[in-house]
Amino acid sequence: MRPILSISGLSKTYASGLEALKRVDLEITKGEIFALLGPNGAGKTTLISIVCGIVTPTSGTVLADGHDVVRDYRAARATIGLVPQELSTDMFETVWATVSFSRGLFGREPDPAYVEKVLRELSLYDKRDDRIRTLSGGMKRRVLIAKALAHEPTILFLDEPTAGVDVELRRDMWELVRRLRDDGVTIILTTHYIDEAEEMADRIGVINHGSLILVEEKQKLMKKLGKKQLTVHLVEPLAAIPAELADWPLTLAPDGLALDFTFDADDERVGVPLLMRRLSDLGLGFKDLNTRQSSLEDIFVSLVSQRGAEAR
Amino acid sequence: MQSLVTPVITTALYFVVFGSAIGSRMSEVDGVAYGAFIVPGLIMLSILSQSISNGSFGIYMPRFTGTIYELLSAPIAPIEAVLAYVGAAATKSVVLGLVILATSALFVPVHVAHPLWMIAFLLLTATTFSLFGFIIGLWAESFEQLQIIPMLVITPLTFLGGAFYSIDMLPPVWRTISLANPVVYLISGFRWSFYESSDVGVGVSLAMTLAFFFVCLGVVRWMFATGYRLKS
Ligand SMILES: Nc1ncnc2c1ncn2[C@@H]1O[C@H](COP(=O)(O)OP(=O)(O)O)[C@@H](O)[C@H]1O
Ligand SMILES: [Mg+2]
Repeated sequence: MRPILSISGLSKTYASGLEALKRVDLEITKGEIFALLGPNGAGKTTLISIVCGIVTPTSGTVLADGHDVVRDYRAARATIGLVPQELSTDMFETVWATVSFSRGLFGREPDPAYVEKVLRELSLYDKRDDRIRTLSGGMKRRVLIAKALAHEPTILFLDEPTAGVDVELRRDMWELVRRLRDDGVTIILTTHYIDEAEEMADRIGVINHGSLILVEEKQKLMKKLGKKQLTVHLVEPLAAIPAELADWPLTLAPDGLALDFTFDADDERVGVPLLMRRLSDLGLGFKDLNTRQSSLEDIFVSLVSQRGAEAR
Repeated sequence: MQSLVTPVITTALYFVVFGSAIGSRMSEVDGVAYGAFIVPGLIMLSILSQSISNGSFGIYMPRFTGTIYELLSAPIAPIEAVLAYVGAAATKSVVLGLVILATSALFVPVHVAHPLWMIAFLLLTATTFSLFGFIIGLWAESFEQLQIIPMLVITPLTFLGGAFYSIDMLPPVWRTISLANPVVYLISGFRWSFYESSDVGVGVSLAMTLAFFFVCLGVVRWMFATGYRLKS
């Protein structure tokens, strides 16, 4: 099947000389939820902005539903909806007016029934005659989503949709995203939270310093990357890891007072209790335990070093 | 509503101050009663300043608040965006010009010799300066910059542009200097459409206004082609 979005060799160097994207290749399948995961400054917004026509690419091409976003921008942009990262809305318009305006701006005939449906889905219908400036931050974000959906896009971009959002809106948003996916809308969202990508996405792309480091189905990626580390602080220092524990993936701290155990997050229930039992069987007393989930940073470090090793 | 009441009051004040205070001492200019003589100039002043401020605020505000993203991501051509913004700004100021004209007619006998030319000058000036305002609104990076050109350049030029006097009344040196002021041509041509009296030929007026219009159009074209201040 032809990808709904096809990005090839996309690079962007800003006027400042900063290389925000480095030859990015990415294909998005119709109807999937794709999460672009990366820390601040990785180039997520730049990538989205190029697809949407807000930033001009330095090189490379983007096809949205088969239409080149630069040469055939009308057809391409008509299929795309964007919820930007920043909360920017007209202050003096009413909710209804601004959403209807968005629909018209994207070349759609007025359709009050559809606008009503979108507003109801976002719990905005009661506020339809309110001026946007009187709404709370969460409500404003809902308005931005309604605007993005006003022209019935087939590709929806959500740039950091849950940054600074309350629990209720977050839950509503994920519900909406799933419903849209069921309607056949392709959704691409950016985030710098691993658990968010994990919760929502079918596939995850990891981006750092402008390079797309990997693209993987969520399950596989979580297996690969979702490492946990348990540190056992011992009462008595050990000179070496006891032979009885040789088949465990353990490392001993230089002072001999701490054992690090690294395991897959999935194996949690099996590994940790078993290790504890083995330790007490061996008469190794410990005074403290702590566990640590691999952070995004750790993942990048491991991915980058992995790639470096493969290249060699 | 407010945007129409204000100019009506301002115009009335102008007539009280200029019309009665100065007009009583300067009865006629070029055979036209002073009060009536200043009407075209007054309208032009408002059209110029309103077009520039409508045009510049219209595009600066979305840039400032960030809502410009929607325009940039919409399936519309740059020329359509310009038409929409400049068209809206120009329409507003033309309506304003007509309101001032109607208000003036309550105070002084206004006579329009060439209504079609009058409308043509009105439209051309409103469009040209809305376009000019649009350029300022794209260029400006702050509210200060947004105000500085209208304040430092346009306001002096309009007040020295012969709105309240005929440049024939000036000493020769100042007359020559005034001819370098583009606003003189606008006001002169517009006044000709009322009273058939003008400082410079109406053809020259028209040519100058058109020239400025095309310069602005060229600048906007360049801005959109390069993505100036809109796209990085
Ligand atoms: N308009 C711009 N001009 C210059 N540099 C920019 C511009 N926009 C973003 N950048 C830089 O490009 C890099 C990527 O930014 P961005 O795409 O916003 O990252 P993300 O959305 O992943 O946080 C950052 O280093 C940022 O400072
Ligand atoms: Mg971003």
